[in-house]
Amino acid sequence: MRSIFSVAVAALGAAALVASCSSSQTDTASTTTGSAPPAPTSITGDITVFAAASLKATFTELGAQMEKDNPGTKVTFNFAGSSDLVTQLTQGAPADVFASADTNNMTKAVDAGLVANDPVNFATNTLTIVTPPGNPKQIASFADLAKPGTQVVVCAPQVPCGSATEKVEQATGVTLTPVSEESAVTDVLGKITSGQADAGLVYVTDAKGAGDKVSAVPFPESSGAVNTYPIAVLKESKNPAAAQKFVELVTGPEGQKVLAAAGFAAP
Amino acid sequence: MSSVRVRARLERRGVEFDLALDDGEVLAVLGPNGVGKSTLLQMIAGLLRPDQGRIELGGTVVTDTSSGVFVPAHARGVAMLSQQALLFPHMNAAANVAYAPRCKGQTRSAARATAQRWLEAVGAEHLADRRPAQLSGGQAQRVAVARALAAEPQVLLLDEPMSALDVTAAPALRRLLREILRGKRRTAIIVTHDLLDALAIADKVVVFERGRVVESGPVRTVLASPRSDFAARIAGVNLIPGAVIDPGTIRTAWGTDISGIGDVDLGDAAVALFRPSAVAVHLDSPHASPRNVIAVTIAEIDIHGTVVRIRGADQPDGSTGLAADITAASAADLDLAPGRTVYFVVKAQEVELHPALPVRT
Amino acid sequence: MTEGRRSGGLIQVGLPTWIYLPAMVGALFVIVPLVAILLKIDWPNFIPLITSESSRAALVLSLKTATASTAVCVLIGVPMALVLARGRFPGKSVLRALLLLPLVLPPVVGGIALLYTFGRQGLLGHQLQLLGIRIAFSTTAVVLAQSFVSLPFLVVSLEGALRTAGTNYENIAATLGGRPTTVLRTVTLPLVIPGLMSGAVLAFARSLGEFGATLTFAGSLQGVTRTLPLEIYLQRETDPDAAVALSLLLIVVAALIVIASASHRLAGPV
Repeated sequence: MRSIFSVAVAALGAAALVASCSSSQTDTASTTTGSAPPAPTSITGDITVFAAASLKATFTELGAQMEKDNPGTKVTFNFAGSSDLVTQLTQGAPADVFASADTNNMTKAVDAGLVANDPVNFATNTLTIVTPPGNPKQIASFADLAKPGTQVVVCAPQVPCGSATEKVEQATGVTLTPVSEESAVTDVLGKITSGQADAGLVYVTDAKGAGDKVSAVPFPESSGAVNTYPIAVLKESKNPAAAQKFVELVTGPEGQKVLAAAGFAAP
Repeated sequence: MSSVRVRARLERRGVEFDLALDDGEVLAVLGPNGVGKSTLLQMIAGLLRPDQGRIELGGTVVTDTSSGVFVPAHARGVAMLSQQALLFPHMNAAANVAYAPRCKGQTRSAARATAQRWLEAVGAEHLADRRPAQLSGGQAQRVAVARALAAEPQVLLLDEPMSALDVTAAPALRRLLREILRGKRRTAIIVTHDLLDALAIADKVVVFERGRVVESGPVRTVLASPRSDFAARIAGVNLIPGAVIDPGTIRTAWGTDISGIGDVDLGDAAVALFRPSAVAVHLDSPHASPRNVIAVTIAEIDIHGTVVRIRGADQPDGSTGLAADITAASAADLDLAPGRTVYFVVKAQEVELHPALPVRT
Repeated sequence: MTEGRRSGGLIQVGLPTWIYLPAMVGALFVIVPLVAILLKIDWPNFIPLITSESSRAALVLSLKTATASTAVCVLIGVPMALVLARGRFPGKSVLRALLLLPLVLPPVVGGIALLYTFGRQGLLGHQLQLLGIRIAFSTTAVVLAQSFVSLPFLVVSLEGALRTAGTNYENIAATLGGRPTTVLRTVTLPLVIPGLMSGAVLAFARSLGEFGATLTFAGSLQGVTRTLPLEIYLQRETDPDAAVALSLLLIVVAALIVIASASHRLAGPV
């Protein structure tokens, strides 16, 4: 019996060893100075970009652009909710660039010592009302959302688009009674495109991306709740030159054009 | 209680039945294992539908494939008893016995009283509060008998009820069944492969072999003069089938001639019967004429008290080998062992010839 | 092997000593992540975290809906199991395969399917809407989602028990005069109570942890549709400590259910 236990302990110890090996990577500090290293004339290699889900279409396009401009590079993306991305990064997921949907999550990443330089704001996003195509309930303003009998779906306050919604409610004095508070803005959009709800609050970029599956109803009060999107190179990056190149692409004229076309506003 | 008439056929199990039973009679269905005797009971109970057939209980047609009549099991008034008592495990003995009365609509207290009565009738009233798991095999069967009787059935069907019981419990149950079936003139069919059951409990017997009824009649007659291999085997009588070539002589399919006494017509199929005690065993073939001499290879030797039974190998047509009973002293003298060839000698006066039973199609 | 002062008893053959090692690895595989959660708990804040208004609402809602969906599963699962175990009709094996699909289907896909059926523009939802019955975004939707994913657990468990029990007792009951409904009530069902109980416990546990179908079909609103798993999903955006604390709560509730049912079975067959 004793031999069995010792083998088990050894197995457990081996598992722990393997676990600690992968997590130790976050502890080794790589010294990267504030200024970018002199960029070599050709950028190659792979980079991994962790980006908020709302950046999927635009960043995918920019990633392809980067691969075209710099043959020999490969850009891989991980799109998810910003807080999920921060959790993954703090648990040791390897990545080169992080783009968040709000400043809160970027601050969390900075506080965790994950970021190499100061983050750069590259876009802003505001809310818009979306309805099923044709706007059957004739929603025209933010106040219309509070009309009795209107089924409204919003983001929960804990997610960036939800906190923006709360800000608008406070600014306008209109309190909404939604039928559902989703944890992801894509779920809100989904409830509208499937015709389950009369109206929802999503980002302008989401509405644009959904095309004719929804009708968008912009409202002036949305400017009171603006989400700022920052981007940064990560300390753990194995390819800081390429990572920096991507950041420059996003913040530069090409990236800004793509973002604007999707509905993002300038930072 | 009422009469039973069965004429049915089921291809899947290769069986065909044709039998009748009068009110108050007990019929034993004898036969080797696996021939389909249980199938008969399942058909009568309404748990099995024949391919083709007609079953009547007490004058009411309960199954008729030609007109599509099929009375469901719960409306037939037929109670069954199996090898396993199959008492409902989640009820105590009294509740088990009260099941049928309750189904009939008796109130709980009336049913309990009925159950008590029947438990007393089978001598199991002290087991009333016990769970089936707490009963021995014999006790459980007793309660099962009470449960079946409490249903006041038209016909009782018993499917080898003694075969799972040990050597002390079986006789007790046999006595009980004799008393409540024969003694009380209940209509019942008991399927069994045990001779004692037939003798003790039944009035009539049918012998079932290879999917068909091969013999039927009153118990004593069939067992005294069996015409089928199985009946002969369990009656302990030697049987050799053949065709009559001479008055008093039959020739077997493999060419041996047997002489005996009986009223059989020339050319008919007949059987020769003789008791093992009428056989003398010789090491060499004797040559006296009024005797039948049959060469036999010894297969088994059994000792029953002072009698030694020599059983020969199966006969060429597959039927049971011949048996001879001799004294222990003779057996010692002859120095017999399995595998040896000896000669069974029977006087013609000791052999009965009977017409073979017609083969039913 | 030292025997020491062991009391006498049956020898277990067919269980070689080495088999304990992979069994233990398997056990650790499940236990170690649970331990990892325990270690992450912010213990001083634990009670406030799990008794906050949103946590209590989520727990109560989870228990209510899981109980309701287990009841639904029993009411429609028992007849289904009986038909699958004892019925004879063409296409039965195809039917069984279809009925077990929710086991394989990702719950989110199940939620989408329910949406297309009971949603505002769904197959049946459209008719119900005309009658004034709205299912989407209601607690009813949560119960429907949970029932959809839990039903196969109960049906499979009970069907297995029915097959094992066989039909001998029912045959005897019929010959004693029991009509089919009486036999079902007095013989069949009492004999499979253990199988039914374990199936119901499985269904309850599965309902308690149901997430994907609920999220897609019912939405997420405190007190109405935000069950404990959905609450955990939301809390982890801003308050990982709360998420972990609630996860432990969910684990404890599930463990209590499993232990309670195991002790019921230890009592032996009725």
